Amino acid sequence: MALLETIGVTKRFGGLTAVMKMDFKIEQGEILSIIGPNGAGKTTFFNTLTGIYRPEEGKIIFNGHPLIGLRPDQIAALGISRTFQNIRLFGNMTVIENILVGMHTRLKQNPLQVLLRNKAFMEEEQEAEARAAQLMQYVGLTNVGNELARNLPYGAQRRVEIARALAANPTLLLLDEPTAGMNPQETAEAIKLFRRIRDEKGITILLIEHDMRVVMSISERITVMDYGEKIAEGLPEQIRSNQRVIEAYLGRETVSEKG
Amino acid sequence: MKTLGTFSQEMLRRIQSGYMPYLVSILHALVGIYLVYTSPRSNIAFLIFISSLLTLYTVKTSAAYKVTAGVLLAVVVMPILGVRNIFYLEILFQICVFAALALGLNIVVGFAGLLDLGYVAFYAVGAYLWAFFGSQQYYVIPYAPGTQPADLPFLLPGDMFYLFLMLAVIIAAVTGILLGLPVLRLRGDYLAIVTLGFGEVIRVLANNLDKPWNITNGPQGITPIQRPTLPPAVVDLFNNTLGPVIGHPVKASDVYNVLFYLMALLIILVIILVARRLDDSKIGRAWTAIREDETAAIAMGIPLVRMKLAAFAAGASFAGAMGVMFAASRTFVSPESFSFMQSIGVLTMVILGGIGSIPGVILGAAVVVLLNLQVLQGLSLYLSQLRQSDAVIPIINFAWKNLSTQLDPAKYQRLLFGIILILMMIFRPAGLIPAARRQRELAVEESGD
Repeated sequence: MALLETIGVTKRFGGLTAVMKMDFKIEQGEILSIIGPNGAGKTTFFNTLTGIYRPEEGKIIFNGHPLIGLRPDQIAALGISRTFQNIRLFGNMTVIENILVGMHTRLKQNPLQVLLRNKAFMEEEQEAEARAAQLMQYVGLTNVGNELARNLPYGAQRRVEIARALAANPTLLLLDEPTAGMNPQETAEAIKLFRRIRDEKGITILLIEHDMRVVMSISERITVMDYGEKIAEGLPEQIRSNQRVIEAYLGRETVSEKG
Repeated sequence: MKTLGTFSQEMLRRIQSGYMPYLVSILHALVGIYLVYTSPRSNIAFLIFISSLLTLYTVKTSAAYKVTAGVLLAVVVMPILGVRNIFYLEILFQICVFAALALGLNIVVGFAGLLDLGYVAFYAVGAYLWAFFGSQQYYVIPYAPGTQPADLPFLLPGDMFYLFLMLAVIIAAVTGILLGLPVLRLRGDYLAIVTLGFGEVIRVLANNLDKPWNITNGPQGITPIQRPTLPPAVVDLFNNTLGPVIGHPVKASDVYNVLFYLMALLIILVIILVARRLDDSKIGRAWTAIREDETAAIAMGIPLVRMKLAAFAAGASFAGAMGVMFAASRTFVSPESFSFMQSIGVLTMVILGGIGSIPGVILGAAVVVLLNLQVLQGLSLYLSQLRQSDAVIPIINFAWKNLSTQLDPAKYQRLLFGIILILMMIFRPAGLIPAARRQRELAVEESGD
């Protein structure tokens, strides 16, 4: 059974159909990219998966749970974590605190324990802090734990966002244009990091990406969207030579213009 | 100019090193105590004395010293000085009450970032709760305001005050949740407007619930409200031990003031503890995350509605407890005490002190209360004295006598709030004591997870 499956998902904004009858599957342990021209509906599709938008039609099944109608926090608690296209860190919290917020669904402390500060609470907090420090190191950040997130350089902020998403121990990680704005060296490091996350932690990764070098080097399968519809899917080499994909990106032959 | 700068920095460094911090703080406190003791009517003396607590907070000394000195000043010195001039105790009590309100509002506005302009409503809920059950009001229900017979019994004994102090916490929290449920879908300005409306609804209810059944006694307010009993032995004890220092026999009403001041102080301590612990936990982090970015917070699995309701409930509960204190200490409540200006006043304290900063909002409450009750009142008094004298402003040859009586600084509270807010936004947007994130000792372990 697929880890995540969508059947006929459609999302409309008024007259505009942003996502149209998406049938989509991602298997456990895969790295899959969704690509497509600007406005193809990729991020909208992400937002329907994470519960920010509720699709008008279709089904979404994750690990056997139907997701439609669940709130984003409930979906996150089931094991789907995400990062955002334009980084959305908690700017006035420290890096460690950002990562601790990511653990929200995994911490068991209740209000009474919080007020009494009993042993269970203190232990859980200490463990959480230690794990946050480990995650920082894992994504390649050192000595910034007590910095405010907004004071970090761009590349480091991207890493914090990934650490925060990993903090929830997700089964599926959704990355929305994770290498946007990075220089070639940072991009190469990011690709390495994503592979490690999949290989070492066994986390399935679904990413939206514009940078074709990233897409072709990391993806095991690719899904292509255009005007809200899936127009192709397959292995990277198949996508590279797919006629509809080339048309979507480069435009149709000029024949039609003449006629 | 530069040498002056380095000179003052050098001075600051010296004051903050070695035994100097201890000396400075003790000296400040002693000078303050001496001045207030010798001239109990002087505003300036009192300001010098009370600011010694701020000095104590700022100097770099051991925590044990700070706590001991703070407790000594707050629990021993202040009551003695306060009994010599009961107005000081009143100010201290007001500072405590408003510090509690500011701490509660700080949870809602500062931690969770939900702008609540009707916060004083929860204070009113607490106050009216004890006003109703701690007075004769239950038996006044069938009568229109002012027509009830004089010999009605009290519903509950005064000592039930303590029970109601705790009940108010729960009831105010429930009120907070009830208000929160319909409005928490709103963000920012919209939430502010709806909470403002809610605050007014509570005040208007208090004003008008004298008919068809007389529950709140309308604009006249409820009085007398009972206080917890005070055994005569306590008054005697007070007189026997502290009588010589105070210099005049102490009446039971004065001891009540001391009692309420100490109780308010205790509640403040509990509130500070609760606020700090909440802040430094999963709950507080979730609130701050919501304040920073709601969309990202919910994507991290934070249930928005539940956490916002928790913030409303926690903030409201502080105000509820202080409402009961207020009703009992005044023995009187009326809708006037819960006007929109009060909500704005508490918000001013939070902004002045530092949004999200616990020591900040306490300082903010102290500064605003002192400005209101002491500085402005003092100025008014001074001006009226000048008016009665024959003094003339020299150069422009203006006789103080001719100064309009409209010019009364004590009535310029709103102007003061406005000026404070504008100045803070320009010069110190993060407040007098800005909120700081906790710095953690991070044990970096072997890499890998």
